[in-house]
Amino acid sequence: MDVPKTGDFAHIGKSVVIKGELTGSEDMYVDGNVDGSIELRNNSLTVGPNAKIKASVVAKVVVIQGRVEGSITTSDRVELKKSAVVNGDITTQRIAIEEGAAFQGKVEIQREAGKSAGS
Amino acid sequence: MASVADNVMRFFRGSSEQAAAPAVPQKRSRRSSGMAEISRLLNSDDSLCVLDLGSTSANNIRFLTAKGHKNYSEDLLQASLDPDVHVKNELGKLVPDDKKFLEENLTYQNGLFDVVLCWNLPDYMEESLVKPTIDRLWSVMKPGGLLLVFFHTRDAGPDAPCYRFHITGTDMLEMQEVRLAASGDKQSPRLQRVFNNRNIENLFRDFASIKFFLARDAIREVLLVR
Repeated sequence: MDVPKTGDFAHIGKSVVIKGELTGSEDMYVDGNVDGSIELRNNSLTVGPNAKIKASVVAKVVVIQGRVEGSITTSDRVELKKSAVVNGDITTQRIAIEEGAAFQGKVEIQREAGKSAGS
Repeated sequence: MASVADNVMRFFRGSSEQAAAPAVPQKRSRRSSGMAEISRLLNSDDSLCVLDLGSTSANNIRFLTAKGHKNYSEDLLQASLDPDVHVKNELGKLVPDDKKFLEENLTYQNGLFDVVLCWNLPDYMEESLVKPTIDRLWSVMKPGGLLLVFFHTRDAGPDAPCYRFHITGTDMLEMQEVRLAASGDKQSPRLQRVFNNRNIENLFRDFASIKFFLARDAIREVLLVR
């Protein structure tokens, strides 16, 4: 999968290293290293193939091609592409996993906004 | 009428065309009596905690979460190949260390899981890790929880390929051959041993009950109650 084609998104390149909180109100494409937390409550996060994320992630949609270590919470969906390597718990309404993706952790489907299924 | 030479060329062209076709991983289906028993529990209205010890399976995650359960995934066979959990023995050979292995894997609270899908893990895992892993599974399962394990019978032969099992129905599984990138090239894990019934009973002696299901495809399904 390539960089998102929609016009307005923040792009963090593969040489960028961020330690701390990353928040925003626009879609974001991250291909670098992030250690901390990422919060894009009403927007999408795309994790590029070179990315190494060690952070808790909260977003509307998360699409992963690279490595993520940490919890992922979305109000809409999570997509793990075939090159994704994810280690952490996922709480989401929907999840799609491509053949080849590696995942270790818990998946919990959140059926209604603000309520988790079976908790 | 085609000449003999034409027919010979057509024969070789056909062979080379067949050889050039890329190998498509074969998947095949099998009915599982053990999975049918597990499915009865999965039809519960309560949200259960299910641990899947095979490699990542979108099918399994979808099947389990669609029923409202929490799905935990952990590829223990791949994890057992991690060099970080290996130590040198007295002969200088790298062998897995069960203490290191369990420090990194299956690190859950006691009594968490209602169901554990172990698949064929004990058949392909290094011997020194099998019993400690089963003991750890006993600890992290709830009393009354179900554990499903598959064992090859002797009829399978020493080169029985290692399969990943995808749940496709309440009693149906799709089998996909596993290839692990343990040493640069992707290789199929080797069958480490064949357990007989007595071995299996000893391995799971701490469990409350054990049920065997024999199938025609040289796989013995074992369903245990914690």
